[in-house]
Amino acid sequence: MTTTANGPGTLDEVLDYDTATAAFDPVMGLEVHVELNTVTKMFCGCPTEFGAEPNTQVCPVCLGLPGALPVLNRAGLESAVRIGLALNCRIAPLCRFARKNYFYPDMPKNFQTSQYDEPIAHDGWLDVELSDGEVYRVAIERAHMEEDTGKSLHVGGSTGRIHGADYSLVDYNRAGIPLIEIVTKPLTGAGERAPEVAKAYVSSLRDLLKGLGVSDVKMEQGSLRCDVNLSLRSRQDDDQMSVPLGTRSETKNVNSLRSIERAVRYEIKRHAARLRTGQKIVQETRHWHEDTGITTSGREKSDAEDYRYFPEPDLVPMQSDPEWVDSLRATIPEPPAERRRRLRAEWGFSEAELRDLINAGAVDLVAATIEAGATPAAARKWWSGELARQAKARGVDLCDLPITCEQVVELQGMVDAGRLTDTLARQVLDGVLAEEGGPEKVAAARGLSVVSDDSALGAAVDRAIEANPAVVKKILSGKTAATGALIGAVMRDMRGKADAARVKDLVLKRLVPQEGETDL
Amino acid sequence: MSSATPPADDSRSLTRRTAAELAQMLRTRQVSSVEVVQAHLDRIHGTDPGERGVHAFLHVSADSALATAAAVDRARAAGEQLHPLAGVPVAVKDVMTTRGMPTTCGSRILDGWIPPYDATVVRNLRDARMPILGKTNMDEFAMGSSTEHSAFGPTRNPWDLDRIPGGSGGGSAAALAAFQAPLATGSDTGGSIRQPAAVTGTVGVKPTYGGVSRYGLVALASSLDQAGPCGRTVLDTALLHEVMAGHDPLDSTSLTDDVPDVVGAARNRDVAGLRIGVIRELSGDGCQPGVRARFDEATALLVEAGATLVDVECPSFTAALAAYYLILPSEASSNLAKFDAMRYGLRVRPEKVVDPTAEQVMAATRAAGFGDEVKRRIILGTYALSSGYYDAYYGSAQKVRTLIQRDFARAFENADVLVSPTAPTTAFRLGEKLEDPLAMYLNDVATIPANLAGVPAMSIPAGIADEDDLPVGFQILAPARADDRLYHVGAALETLLEVRRGGPLLDRAPEISSASVAR
Repeated sequence: MTTTANGPGTLDEVLDYDTATAAFDPVMGLEVHVELNTVTKMFCGCPTEFGAEPNTQVCPVCLGLPGALPVLNRAGLESAVRIGLALNCRIAPLCRFARKNYFYPDMPKNFQTSQYDEPIAHDGWLDVELSDGEVYRVAIERAHMEEDTGKSLHVGGSTGRIHGADYSLVDYNRAGIPLIEIVTKPLTGAGERAPEVAKAYVSSLRDLLKGLGVSDVKMEQGSLRCDVNLSLRSRQDDDQMSVPLGTRSETKNVNSLRSIERAVRYEIKRHAARLRTGQKIVQETRHWHEDTGITTSGREKSDAEDYRYFPEPDLVPMQSDPEWVDSLRATIPEPPAERRRRLRAEWGFSEAELRDLINAGAVDLVAATIEAGATPAAARKWWSGELARQAKARGVDLCDLPITCEQVVELQGMVDAGRLTDTLARQVLDGVLAEEGGPEKVAAARGLSVVSDDSALGAAVDRAIEANPAVVKKILSGKTAATGALIGAVMRDMRGKADAARVKDLVLKRLVPQEGETDL
Repeated sequence: MSSATPPADDSRSLTRRTAAELAQMLRTRQVSSVEVVQAHLDRIHGTDPGERGVHAFLHVSADSALATAAAVDRARAAGEQLHPLAGVPVAVKDVMTTRGMPTTCGSRILDGWIPPYDATVVRNLRDARMPILGKTNMDEFAMGSSTEHSAFGPTRNPWDLDRIPGGSGGGSAAALAAFQAPLATGSDTGGSIRQPAAVTGTVGVKPTYGGVSRYGLVALASSLDQAGPCGRTVLDTALLHEVMAGHDPLDSTSLTDDVPDVVGAARNRDVAGLRIGVIRELSGDGCQPGVRARFDEATALLVEAGATLVDVECPSFTAALAAYYLILPSEASSNLAKFDAMRYGLRVRPEKVVDPTAEQVMAATRAAGFGDEVKRRIILGTYALSSGYYDAYYGSAQKVRTLIQRDFARAFENADVLVSPTAPTTAFRLGEKLEDPLAMYLNDVATIPANLAGVPAMSIPAGIADEDDLPVGFQILAPARADDRLYHVGAALETLLEVRRGGPLLDRAPEISSASVAR
């Protein structure tokens, strides 16, 4: 058993992971908050643009000024219904907003307009695929609409949290931005794979939301935020269904896929250590620390916390007419898992090849490149090869590289036509990524094209033969594999611009005139 | 409408004019809007301040009212097409936001707040180019029936300066009764327009819920609040109703229907064949004898004019007050949560705390900024909504509300309008019920059902109680969206009573002057 630091003066004990999951079965509940990318806020006409000057995207409604009233953004409702449908949920034919009452300085009305016992969507599921292809079905409890709060910036103090800060600044630009909260049912049966399931779920959800076009789903900007509820129950009982759920902890704002996996793993280890030694789990919220990879205690959260929900009287009930819902159903893209199965068959890739593309976030790019005219093999070669390397080196996502799928097709076309060697193609690519223009333009400007003029090549071959007598001797003694060294010398001489196949021809003609090309 | 035209320089008689008369005089250029506004400002100046002043106004906006008036006069001189009420001044209850003009809701917690936006109702008044004289006094956040809960001191009833003018809209009603304004706006959550109208001998209407926008009306109880017009005559009230009402896309609960023809209805005085339902539960026990007598006389007059009386039972009305005092505080506790010292209004630093937290500042501000009645209702509402009690309190109250709506629906099957006394008593003395909240609440027993059901209701003067020489109100209720019926029956009864009495009731009010208020 080891210990980790937990704030000043306290230490949380943790059990090693394998021991923990051998003794206990984790039960997770994931709450994901998604900021919708509607042009205006949920209940007023203010813009939702990220990163504006503080308190410039506000009005009497989202500032909660006395007398102001909310009006529902229809686009937000539409997104909520589409998310519900994509998550295989039932859509409530009639539902209401409710007020969640609590005091906090960044909440202008000191109540949040949310949904309580009448969510817009409920009882759905999402299939998520783990790295080895195993599929886990995540049961969805509900998806409901609510408004975001403002944002507090606590200045001074050591923690960046309100406690101990010298003063706080509040930015209400975010107040009233539409949110969808997606809550899973308690997820059981994942066992030691629980951290993987959590990560795969949020990752799948992110893809799904992106496919729906309803959110920017940028975890680093907070447009997708995840809270992890976790409890453990003993594995000793044969009938797991009859074992009551243990006390849970709620780890707030775990904001990267990697952190979700790590946070679940850490909490399993922490809970197990306490339960092993007969200690109770405190029902509380916990803060995740990205740097140290641990959680620390936040505020205690008991069932006594009372939000005094009641139906929002300033908004009328929402009716989801079945015809309207059906028309939205027609706009739901193919579920990501099904789409992948279909694409793999169409492209003729192996499971491993497709999974590499998935992990690199390249599936959509490959699909678009094929759509633009490339063969599946060529599209895969570029996106999982040189372009993946370039993205990694620059620390950006593949889709953020400054190259279009059409440019990739153009480049491949030049290679196929024998106008570029692979080396030259990579140099052209460098130019494209340096935003010097499209492949043709870069090749012309940088003077990159294969030389297949026999007189120029012949002179270079002669120079190579002259400079490498030892290699020539090997070839003449029958070691034809040594030809590569001469070809390499010619290519260097020509600065990569030579047509390698033509060079090989010329070398062999000079040195082994009687043998013919078939041996080589 | 009077046919005699006073000399234009007679400012006293200008303030005695109805809004309809003033509109006519302005249209025919017998008088300028600046003269009309100045006459009312003078009247306010002469009767409102002082130890025993009426104190109907919390803020008088003389400069902007005169500027609007001057602009109207210029526009009229230039031959522009103007709204019929353009240039006719109006007073605005201090519960409606006014851009650039203080809005306090009668509370210390909003002392000094200048809203950056106009309520839709105020926007409508400005669009009609009606000069706004100022903001009228009210019980804090519209909680009360006497204006004694105003943080800035009570308003006095012009009929007797030692008595309450009703509440919460006592300021607007008193301004009308004291001839300080020909028209005023109000808001009615449980009777705040009608009960002050009743005890000051004026007219007040709570329109159908959703008929007038609530945008910019500082919320007390969102599902009950309704802004409405106040006037001295039924026709004047209809004219203002028409300006205030209409669909507002900024209020989700706003009706999309056309505004009923209330002005046309106020000119139709034929009640022959109308079925008038007398609500048994509201018209008998508990009424002061003089109130009962004037009510019976009024119904008898309607019968003489050809209407039929129908006895109507609304058994659920007996639970209305109890349901109301659960729903109202519940919604109010949430609506008033925003007053937290963070963004606007009062901010109080707690004493003896060196480095207070935001939470401590909030608590200190709310402790100092809210009055007792407001705190009482916030505590009640917080309790009623708390988990474990919600079903028993808020949930049950909503069920009562449904029953009351059914009672109304049944009653309107047999009657075109329903009637009752507006309030069980005439104006009580200042301080008389201040220490007894329940007695104060009982004053609203007849007005509350309309708010719970969302139906429109009007109070018009029925006469004077024999025992105390104070005005009595007569309430008319109509089905939702049939606000025109109120004006139809109200105007008819108003004429019948005036013929019988030989003039408007307010002619019998004692004269108030600078001398009487300065005492």
